[in-house]
Amino acid sequence: MLKRVHFPSSPLPYLLVAPQIIVTLVFFMWPASQALYQSLLIEDAFGLSSEFVWFENFAALLDDEQYLSTFGRTAVFSSLVAFLSMSVALILAGFADRVVKGATMYRTLLIWPYAVAPVLAGALWVFMFNPTLGIFPYFLEMVGIKWNHYLNGRQAMGLVIGAAAWKQVAYNFLFYLAAMQSIPRSIIEAAAIDGAGPVKRFLTQTLPLISPTTFFLIVINVVYAFFETFGIIHVVTQGGPANATTILVYKVFNDGFVGLDLGGSAAQSVILMVIVIVMTVVQFRYVEKKVEY
Amino acid sequence: MTFNFTSTAFAAALTMVASTAYAQVEVQWWHAMGGANGERVNKIAADFNATQSDYKVVPTYKGNYTETMTAAIAAFRANEQPQIVQVFEVGTATMMAAKGAIYPIEQLMKDAGEPFDKSDYLPAVISYYQTPEGELLSMPFNSSTPVLWYNKDALDAAGAEVPTTWADVKSASQKLVDNGMKCGFSFGWQSWVMIENYSSWHNMEIGTKENGFAGFDTELTFNNAKVAARLDDIASMQEGGLFQYGGRRGDSLPLFTTGECGMWMNSSAYYGSIKKQAEFNFGQTMLPLDTDVASAPQNSIIGGATLWALSGGSDEQYKGVAKFMTYLSSPEVQAWWHQETGYVPITTAAYELSKEQGFYDSNPGTDTAIIQLSLNTPTPNSRGLRFGNFVQIRDVINEEMEALWGGSKNATQALDDAASRGNTLLRKFERTVK
Repeated sequence: MLKRVHFPSSPLPYLLVAPQIIVTLVFFMWPASQALYQSLLIEDAFGLSSEFVWFENFAALLDDEQYLSTFGRTAVFSSLVAFLSMSVALILAGFADRVVKGATMYRTLLIWPYAVAPVLAGALWVFMFNPTLGIFPYFLEMVGIKWNHYLNGRQAMGLVIGAAAWKQVAYNFLFYLAAMQSIPRSIIEAAAIDGAGPVKRFLTQTLPLISPTTFFLIVINVVYAFFETFGIIHVVTQGGPANATTILVYKVFNDGFVGLDLGGSAAQSVILMVIVIVMTVVQFRYVEKKVEY
Repeated sequence: MTFNFTSTAFAAALTMVASTAYAQVEVQWWHAMGGANGERVNKIAADFNATQSDYKVVPTYKGNYTETMTAAIAAFRANEQPQIVQVFEVGTATMMAAKGAIYPIEQLMKDAGEPFDKSDYLPAVISYYQTPEGELLSMPFNSSTPVLWYNKDALDAAGAEVPTTWADVKSASQKLVDNGMKCGFSFGWQSWVMIENYSSWHNMEIGTKENGFAGFDTELTFNNAKVAARLDDIASMQEGGLFQYGGRRGDSLPLFTTGECGMWMNSSAYYGSIKKQAEFNFGQTMLPLDTDVASAPQNSIIGGATLWALSGGSDEQYKGVAKFMTYLSSPEVQAWWHQETGYVPITTAAYELSKEQGFYDSNPGTDTAIIQLSLNTPTPNSRGLRFGNFVQIRDVINEEMEALWGGSKNATQALDDAASRGNTLLRKFERTVK
């Protein structure tokens, strides 16, 4: 007679994952469902009258040229922010990894900007690049560049990209440095004995070996550029001039919290959520295949 | 009896714990005045609290105008709203439409039995905040109007007169630039200064239905040939630096205070900042007249904010609000506030008091704003404006005007686009108030 082994099911695993589930439900699922519901309403700011309109908010958005034009801008903004902050961080980490003397100090200094709140980072760049008072426009004028990001959309875009990327460099640096330090020295040394110079070692050994980190950072940085940069944009340009720096998340913020159009803003955030879900799926399905663990 | 006694004792004990001043009613006041003006707001509240012991006004800074309004609305939705909130003038239509959320100030004064006479207040100031039937909805607190600020030293050095017309502005700018200045003039709050006030100053309509006062089914009409001609001319003045665009709101202030631009059109309430920052003699004068459009100016309209009472408080609290409003409008408080900040006094008595005190004699030009506002009896075109979603509409106007300054659109195109995008927002608002 066969005996099946039965383990009595223990409630312990459920208890252990419960906090995580609760946090996710309360802080992610609940607000997301609220946004979904809100996106189907047209409501006054005080919530005194509301009308259920199905997908009218979405239809209005897709009909709005101003809104459609933010997609392209968001793509440019996000890819440049991610690319710039990651490549600068990679270079800095590459150097910091080789430093012997005072390494801790360099690292600490490079990590500092991460502790700066986005709004403060924005304020810093605003001061440095104020067309009248800033130090950089003063230097730029010496080389014949007239700086006025209040008027010039490209300069404004450059400015917010710079500020947003700078803010994220520290974070990326931290991860790259940790990844580089976990590479076994013997591999690098073997390459060195075979005659590979520092640049070649970096390109053929280090870079492939830290590709899991790179992949992780791409996901994180794109999410950062998509969601967390509205503070910087709000301080630096308010989406101007003439909408040149209005990206998706900034428009969500502005329409919702400044314009008090809750339905339209919620509809935008639902669209944004869908985009990020799709992008994350794509990243994990296709990009991750190129990663060597 | 015993039960009653204990519960009373318990309530008393609770009150003692909550506040040491027994039986004092707290009135929450959310405001948007940071920096030096924030300290002045605190002083007003503290002084009021010192005059009596029944009520305690507690001022709280909630960020800039938009943030304060958003905070108050969010608080209302959560039933945690303050009794008084400071809301900027463009939020008027939104507040007004929220009938269940607001407590009209005139009604409040009446219910609280507080003496209140509308004729004490300057018509140009309160007309912005009245219903079509004439009921005052909110108490004007800090009101200003755009004026033309000029760098007196620079104008003198260039041999230019203080301009009174747009032709003068152009020729003075030319002289300033010829004399080595980087730019002739600039302005801030461009929708307010160059569209809203330009229209009222020349007695032109901004939107149908008496600029929105007579109904929510209003449409924007500022996209007319006269405004377009003025804006096109200004855009062309960028050539050679006669005009320079320096950003939204007050972002262009440094252009004026560092001496790059000789003239600057913006709120009279920049008096304090300019006085502090400018290292030259400056003055303020009335907005320039466009002689192609009108032969004489009408009156300018106000900006700034008013104090709204939100519903949901206790009768006792509203009595406190009423007492505070009376204190706030007293000539002494108003005159002090006006002289310190550059905001216009809201009552005739405060204006008279400032005159008596010799403030205008020792600070020439500081009465420009009030003269401009009360130049003529306001017409339906110059009483103000009342458009829903106007915060967003101003953003739209900013965007389209920036497209004009950046050269990607001409004035007619920019104004047409601004009006049609604005009308979409007006229709959206109309739906929510039904």
